[in-house]
Amino acid sequence: MSTGLEPRRQVGTAVETTEEELAELIGDRALSRDDHKNAPGFVIRPDEVQDVLFDLRDEAGFDHLSCLTAQEYEDRYESIYHLKKYADPTQEVSIVVPTTSDEPTSQSAEPVFRTADWHEREAFDLVGIDYEGHPDPRRILLPETWQGHPLSLGYNQTKPQVVSLTEHANPIQPDQKDAESDTMFLNIGPHHPATHGVLHIKAALDGETVVDVEPDVGYLHRCEEQMCQQGTYRHQIMPYPDRWDYVSAGLLNEWAYARVAEDLADLEVPEYAQVIRTMGAELCRIASHMLALGTFALDVYGDFTAIFQYAMRDREVVQDILEDLTGQRLMFNYFRLGGVAWDLPEPREEFFEKTRDFLDELPAKLAEYDDLITGNEIFQIRCVNTGILEPEVAKQYGCTGPVARGSGIDFDLRRDDPYGYYENLEWDVVTEDGCDNYSRVLVRMQEVEQSAKIIEQCLDLLEDWPEDDREIQSNVPRTLKPEADTETYRAVEGAKGELGIYIRSDGTDKPGRFKIRSPCFHNLSALEEMSEGEYIPDLIASLGSLDIVLGEVDR
Amino acid sequence: MSSDQNKPRQSIYDSTAPSTDTRDSRIGEGADDRFNSKLREAFGSTPFILTKFDKFMNWVRGSSMFMLQFGIACCSIEMMHTYAIKHDLDRFGAGVPRASPRQADVIIVPGTIVSKFGPRMKRVYDQMPEPKFVVGMGSCTISGGPFQEGYNVVKGAEEIIPVDIHVPGCPPRPEALVYGIAKLQERVANGESSPVVVKPYELEQFGDLPRDELVQKLADDIDEDDLVMRYNWADSP
Repeated sequence: MSTGLEPRRQVGTAVETTEEELAELIGDRALSRDDHKNAPGFVIRPDEVQDVLFDLRDEAGFDHLSCLTAQEYEDRYESIYHLKKYADPTQEVSIVVPTTSDEPTSQSAEPVFRTADWHEREAFDLVGIDYEGHPDPRRILLPETWQGHPLSLGYNQTKPQVVSLTEHANPIQPDQKDAESDTMFLNIGPHHPATHGVLHIKAALDGETVVDVEPDVGYLHRCEEQMCQQGTYRHQIMPYPDRWDYVSAGLLNEWAYARVAEDLADLEVPEYAQVIRTMGAELCRIASHMLALGTFALDVYGDFTAIFQYAMRDREVVQDILEDLTGQRLMFNYFRLGGVAWDLPEPREEFFEKTRDFLDELPAKLAEYDDLITGNEIFQIRCVNTGILEPEVAKQYGCTGPVARGSGIDFDLRRDDPYGYYENLEWDVVTEDGCDNYSRVLVRMQEVEQSAKIIEQCLDLLEDWPEDDREIQSNVPRTLKPEADTETYRAVEGAKGELGIYIRSDGTDKPGRFKIRSPCFHNLSALEEMSEGEYIPDLIASLGSLDIVLGEVDR
Repeated sequence: MSSDQNKPRQSIYDSTAPSTDTRDSRIGEGADDRFNSKLREAFGSTPFILTKFDKFMNWVRGSSMFMLQFGIACCSIEMMHTYAIKHDLDRFGAGVPRASPRQADVIIVPGTIVSKFGPRMKRVYDQMPEPKFVVGMGSCTISGGPFQEGYNVVKGAEEIIPVDIHVPGCPPRPEALVYGIAKLQERVANGESSPVVVKPYELEQFGDLPRDELVQKLADDIDEDDLVMRYNWADSP
């Protein structure tokens, strides 16, 4: 069915880099080609990583290190750097760095992209590759005392492990104070109301000023990648994405898996299902941003009784609608490869009416939030010009989503790398130039309006959809076995930013390697830049404005 | 049946003020005003109630529970909804969450417990004053749930702390959690306690661990006095 609207094309400013130009730029440093489904891939030597990445960043404009995948093969280890351009994320290139099994040492990419810091720590932690020249080669997700690298081959899961409690040292203990100066060490978390879950922040304070801050993650590392590698493509993986970003952003996460798996196995999705997906995903985005707003007010004012409750009230409505659609309040498991699980609930009129009622009431509610939050003087004093994140810094840390858009980076995969039905709908990407906590809140509030606009258009389309053309799933083989050694990395715009997945198939019905690129992981790594030199209450506000969810940071 | 029996009590159809008829006739004129407290007016006929102190304390405990504000994973979102508008757990006397374990009676464990978090949860539990109760929310606190096979996942909260009520679901609906809390209140009011069915992992001093291969290997990294938790994954259910 045609919508009569012209598909919107991105007004790209990025200079297109062709494959030949890339090959020329890398030149002799490329040992061979290892093309992935999404991008050309070049294999390089482990001691030329920085050299090649510097060239790609400075001369070809690949300024976004989207993801780093590490994996072990029978005969080698491999690190894959997935590069993109912020100006045009459809331009991608993969840099493949193999190392030997005996001595898995590769050059660190940290001097080129700051975000490689945490990524390479994770690669070392889970797979066991050493990065030469890394500023801080420690484990990141697992406890420091862990033995072995769980995603490497031949890891024995039944061996006992010892975990210590020393990181929880009492901050008032004399040995935690530096005798020369009067700085104080302060533990925040892992059980603390302001950390949005189980995050541990080690902060050093000089008076009330933060001089050093280090997020300590991994308190919710529940082996999501291992779980997905143990499941079959068709049905067993889909329930897990719901649990990465569990703030009701389930459908957005499911779409990340659906997109990558459909790309890997060349599956078609009927247009009707795409419209339902788009509508469901945007409902999830509203629910997710509402919680971000409510908890942020909780962080900044300690306001449990008004704004937080208002936000929860509105979330309840969204969850009700989503429950009607999917059958579950939070963990939807509604997408299927090649479509969705079932059609809209009957009677359809009732569903449309309920959803439209919600959309009709939304502007008044948003005006209320504006009065309560963004128009409030105390709130403005707390948030304007605190937690500054400059766009260049944000790019270095691989920030995406509302965090990047609050720093004026015009980057939204729904528009720039279109999927679903987004390119046929009328909506705008919201950006703010303030780079502060206030801008990030504004971006989220305006995105709620844009999501409502998208949902409204989807409802119109669904209402008029001819009854004999309501195909919700394409024909998908019962057992999916993508060809061995097909590799792809695909991302969608989740509630928190670019949520990407890399899959390598090994010829069986389960993925050989399943790597999740979590937006929160990157956004959180920028906390250091945002809060050092500011007051400790602003650290809490900055953390709240990043809107992290630990299920996705730790995976 | 006479129509008198079907009529509601005087206190219901007449006025909402406490009835004092019986008391007045018993005490008669000129009784000492000291006893006329609000509570006594509420009890009506007699200034005394007879009950066992234990029973009274259990009733008090069950009717006024302070929850610990404790979010771990997905279930904490549904837990927040249980506290918030619509489900409003406060209606059941199980109130507003407390930010400090030292003020809390009940800990709801809402999510997956992984190896790094286990010792911390044990510590938070230890910091709560007695008597304390635990509600395990969701499949992860029962068995590890969908993540049971993970290399880093503790197979249920009961491996670390004793659990009184298990609420199944992934995640349980707010109604299910309310039901679980109501069941806990019922048990507390009846003075029942749950047996500890699993021998839990304990926090031990590193020096006290048997000197096996793993401990020898870690000897340089960990002090003798440091508290550690040793996970025997092979013995987990």
